Amino acid sequence: MYLAKDGGARSQYRRYSEWLAVQPADRLAQKRAEADALFHRVGITFAVYGQEEGAERLIPFDIVPRVLPQQEWLRLETGLKQRVSALNAFIHDIYHDQQILEAGVIPAEQVLCNSQYRPEMQGVDVQGGIYAHIAGIDIVRDDAGEFRVLEDNLRVPSGVSYMLENRKMMMRLFPELFSEHRIAPVDHYPDVLLDNLRSVAPTGVVDPTVVLLTAGAHNSAYFEHAFLAQQMGIELVEGQDLFVRDEAVFMRTTQGPQRVDVIYRRIDDDFLDPLVFRPDSMLGIPGLLTAYRAGRVTIANAIGTGVADDKSIYPYVPEMIRFYLGQAPIIANVHTWMLRRPEDQAYVLAHLPELVVKEVHGAGGYGMLIGPAASKAEIERFRHQIIATPERYIAQPTLALSTCPTFAAAGLAPRHIDLRPFVLSGRGREVTIVPGGLTRVALTEGSLVVNSSQGGGTKDTWVLEN
Amino acid sequence: MLSRTADHLYWMSRYIERAESLARLVDAHYRMSLLPHSGDTLTESLQATMTALHISEAYAAKHATIEPRAVFEFVSLDRDYSGSILSCLRAARENARAVRGSLTSELWVTLNSTWLDARVLAMRGSPGVDIGQFVEWVKERSHLTRGVTIGTMLRDEAFHFTRIGTFLERADSTARILTAHQIDLEPGADASAVPDPYQWSVLLRALSAFEVYRRVYRDVITPFKVAQLLILRDDMPRSLLRCCKEVYGNLKSVANEQSAETERRAGEMHAMLHFTRMEEITARGVPQFLETFLARLRDLGDRVAHDFLVPPAEA
Repeated sequence: MYLAKDGGARSQYRRYSEWLAVQPADRLAQKRAEADALFHRVGITFAVYGQEEGAERLIPFDIVPRVLPQQEWLRLETGLKQRVSALNAFIHDIYHDQQILEAGVIPAEQVLCNSQYRPEMQGVDVQGGIYAHIAGIDIVRDDAGEFRVLEDNLRVPSGVSYMLENRKMMMRLFPELFSEHRIAPVDHYPDVLLDNLRSVAPTGVVDPTVVLLTAGAHNSAYFEHAFLAQQMGIELVEGQDLFVRDEAVFMRTTQGPQRVDVIYRRIDDDFLDPLVFRPDSMLGIPGLLTAYRAGRVTIANAIGTGVADDKSIYPYVPEMIRFYLGQAPIIANVHTWMLRRPEDQAYVLAHLPELVVKEVHGAGGYGMLIGPAASKAEIERFRHQIIATPERYIAQPTLALSTCPTFAAAGLAPRHIDLRPFVLSGRGREVTIVPGGLTRVALTEGSLVVNSSQGGGTKDTWVLEN
Repeated sequence: MLSRTADHLYWMSRYIERAESLARLVDAHYRMSLLPHSGDTLTESLQATMTALHISEAYAAKHATIEPRAVFEFVSLDRDYSGSILSCLRAARENARAVRGSLTSELWVTLNSTWLDARVLAMRGSPGVDIGQFVEWVKERSHLTRGVTIGTMLRDEAFHFTRIGTFLERADSTARILTAHQIDLEPGADASAVPDPYQWSVLLRALSAFEVYRRVYRDVITPFKVAQLLILRDDMPRSLLRCCKEVYGNLKSVANEQSAETERRAGEMHAMLHFTRMEEITARGVPQFLETFLARLRDLGDRVAHDFLVPPAEA
């Protein structure tokens, strides 16, 4: 929250609010217009599905930064490293000895009957034992101001390009702020990512060729794919550019086939290999899984990570941390009711107007009931769905998500925010996080949904150095 | 580099060049339409040009008669016609977007801005657009794109494929414009006859050759010299010889294991133009010469696609 309990600005915002107080309104308005124009020119847009071809939208950018003091960030960073280490250990375990299931910490059917569990990965040794090379962990604050994990994203988390571009934009619009504050830099993210990807190349490869696999220019996150490939200096490939021969992956180049060692893929498991997963996929590479299982190519993130970020597995992550690391979790989960449990279900059905109900396999803010904002009809519709298929749902309390001042039509107003730090894991299970992450903001008053597909915006995120 | 990347770069530059060629043609005819008594000549010239550029059929599907203003609007801003300047600018930008990581950010922003501005114009609707201003703007954007390409891109394969696209398209365009003007140089025809001044000014202006002609020949305009300038002059940037020289040079820089024959044919075309005299061309007839040239150019384009890019069957 922007305001401390005594009504003054929180200490990390003090200097910023003093600066803001003396900015003429028309200068700020002009800077906001400048930001919009620049984002359009540079093409920092996302494609909107189901609209005219080439329809692209800006993700609204708010010029008020979100500020985290160093102490808070350090605690968060430690907690994130702990959590992602445990998640990687969990995925490795699930696809090998399944000790956590043997020990009865997680019910086996929760994992093995999960649609995101990939039997094809059973017994496959991936490079460095790393599955989720790139993780986006969504963080919120609860009423008491404590950070909590709302969701783990271990498949193809996106948004990091906005973290980087938002910083560039703030520095361009308000350079004076950066001389007045000591703000931890973020622009080394692509270097760290490339280092990590190279570190997990198949054994024996000296100078690995890394590529970024995209679904193409019509994918909603295409800007990010092109941006990261360019920043890392690697080829941006589509499925049609790659082929498999003798259990090795090659790309078609103007100088003939060239071997590929590491694929940073930005398409889902289901589309990766039409011979194994969806046969109708035009995006994948036939035979990729064979090469992968033979250890001739690294795929990041690994196939089958979805089993660990599923909302039905999420409630068990604190247990994973205790089980694999023998530590107490540093960042807690948001309390979660699992509706397949009768006692949880009874409670939730009695309290629907106060709760958030989420589909276990939903993503992107779709398939959600936000009790306090829902109509009676919507609540009843969810009630029926829950009773019919309780295993498809979880419920959580409506968090008083923390707010941050944001430009709205009528001037500055508080809006709900969350934070997605990007957690990178490389060989030796070394975990790196650039300070901060992507702050998403719900631009509609009172709204709790920050997803860009649902009209959310973004902010620059500052971690202040002491 | 990726074959698909090379393909997008090649088509990106072809489309920008095509937009510029169309803009030049519209510009030349538009100027002509402002002169008194240009009526029939203008219509004839438009008809011949549209035939040579394969525009007639698409135009006829929307319009019953050839009205200069309607033609200008159709060629410039028709959203449905895939050969309009607007569609070319969109296609150039879509190709650039598919490989934006392989472009310098300056080049990407130039192409993206061109399309964003063109789209705003198109949304306002063609009746409100000043055609003269529009084509002038398209030419400027093309010049800017080319300048940014030359000024910012690393001289690597990406650059060479971009240039191959530019010059194949330009050679095609020059040859078609010459075809449209039916340069009648049958053996024995009076090579010094002074032709219709309108027609020649259209032709030369469309190829930025009007002032060049005066500079080079310091003489009245004759069909023979016009053809010589636009086919055989090595120092004329839009001549067939110049374009073939550039295509050949850039092809040599990207040679791969299977491209030897393509390179040979490009070299042969260049040598043919380099060592041919105008009299030999007129002896066979200029239209016949141009027809053969366009066929060989098409063959070269197909071969480039086959050897380096994404062959049409796979794309």
